[in-house]
Amino acid sequence: MISYAECSARERLAKLLDAGSFHEWLPPAERVTSPHLAQLGVPCAFDDGVAIGRATLGGRTVFVAAQEGAFMGGGVGEVHGAKLVGLLQRALRDRPDTVLLLADSGGVRLHEANAGLIAVSEVMRALLDVRAAGITVVVLIGSANGCFGGMGIVARCADWVVMSDVGRHAMSGPEVIEASHGVDEFDARDRALVWRTTGGRHRWLTGDCDALVEDDVQAFREAAAAALDRHRPVTLQTLEAEHLLLSARLQLLDAEPEDGSDDATELWRRLGVNHAQQVPELDVDALVALKETLR
Amino acid sequence: MNWKTLAVALFGPDHGLHGIAQDGDFLQGDVFFEGEPITVIGTTEHAAIGVVLALRQARAVLDTVAQHPGRPILLLIDTQGQQLRRRDELLGIHRAMAHLGLCIDYARRRGHRVIGLVYDQALSGGFITSGLIADACYALPGAEIRVMRLPAMARITKLAPELLAQLSQGNPVFAPGVGNYVAMGGVRALWEGDLPASLRAALADTPTTDVRASDGAARGGRKLAAQVVRRVLEAH
Repeated sequence: MISYAECSARERLAKLLDAGSFHEWLPPAERVTSPHLAQLGVPCAFDDGVAIGRATLGGRTVFVAAQEGAFMGGGVGEVHGAKLVGLLQRALRDRPDTVLLLADSGGVRLHEANAGLIAVSEVMRALLDVRAAGITVVVLIGSANGCFGGMGIVARCADWVVMSDVGRHAMSGPEVIEASHGVDEFDARDRALVWRTTGGRHRWLTGDCDALVEDDVQAFREAAAAALDRHRPVTLQTLEAEHLLLSARLQLLDAEPEDGSDDATELWRRLGVNHAQQVPELDVDALVALKETLR
Repeated sequence: MNWKTLAVALFGPDHGLHGIAQDGDFLQGDVFFEGEPITVIGTTEHAAIGVVLALRQARAVLDTVAQHPGRPILLLIDTQGQQLRRRDELLGIHRAMAHLGLCIDYARRRGHRVIGLVYDQALSGGFITSGLIADACYALPGAEIRVMRLPAMARITKLAPELLAQLSQGNPVFAPGVGNYVAMGGVRALWEGDLPASLRAALADTPTTDVRASDGAARGGRKLAAQVVRRVLEAH
């Protein structure tokens, strides 16, 4: 077993895709770097923190992007975002079956604040163009940085989201919430609380991700291969169903927990999970089986 | 600018104030603009966009698509960004935001013109699935757009607050002025002077494809994005 979380972006590409099949566009040798970091005295990366290209997975052609969380937290700057947009526009032109996004990002790269925000927005629109064309977009989330901010929204715009139990997927990071509203609102150092709020187990039980896997590259590979044709057309009916689901969830937490228990645990209970307090201890197989009972 | 002042300036006192209702921080209404109906959806009071406000906006978009096919939608934007609460994260604020974005995107694809207007302030999370996912976003000259407040930004980036404060004075990548967003292509144009003329022009001329990277290159504010996209398309 090889930890997906501990791999670099390029290790993930090498191990997740068919061996030797990844062909990179704008590789580091071309030195396409950020124009904004030098003024801050911050070193640049020759790939601006994302590798893009085509590959095969189980023999099928996919276009793929992998964000490198070790470089600026996987933050999306002008160039990083443009590489993602380019990949998606190329998918729209060349029509692979699937686009895979190995997300590892805190969202907008704050060092390029305004340019990064526009870039994430362009990624979102390009992704929705691809999805509207009937090409499946699959996002994998299992890195130490997780998938936050604008990229957290981008991921939820995809057809299919795969997470590991150590992965985290949300909007604002705990540090940002703590900085804004204090440690009583969200203690960013309380790991158990962070994972109950944003982690793969929670997202799996709520249906915010579509597959839950172990922190294992092979498990991600299998889940990605199984998702290649999981295209979900966006229609008025699917949007209404999504609206109903999110509205109902909001109502589930309208009432305060009765016995003073944690609100995440209470939400799982109200979603129908028996022995909800045991969720943090269950292994992935048990969680997958548990979810079946909720359907 | 106050939304009521804006509404009167855009639609006149009859339609502007009688057609749009404020409920909490949420704005919604059907107004007539030069004889044609328009759906107005927005927020005010620098609203924090949490799950509830994201869903209210999404509901209004879906209702417009279902009941008034093709009717233009004007998004009035005044937000301090996403609601920074743990409860919203627990409830899946990212999914609610994505849902709002998907609803607006769907409306666009079904032929609704969707115009964003930042009339006061916009911050990242409340903005990215409203004005930034419209056909195009415009702004009033006095509006501000930023990604994050400086103290939080300093904490995350570990850059000195003094350096960030200095950069936010004049550096287009950091400074919150809407002019910088125009230069970078994120805002298509500023609405100055005759607001009805600006709206009329926007409804007539707004592109339905994403031209922000090429606008940013042409205007000199974001020189690399369009070039990098082109290089990816041409790469061997």
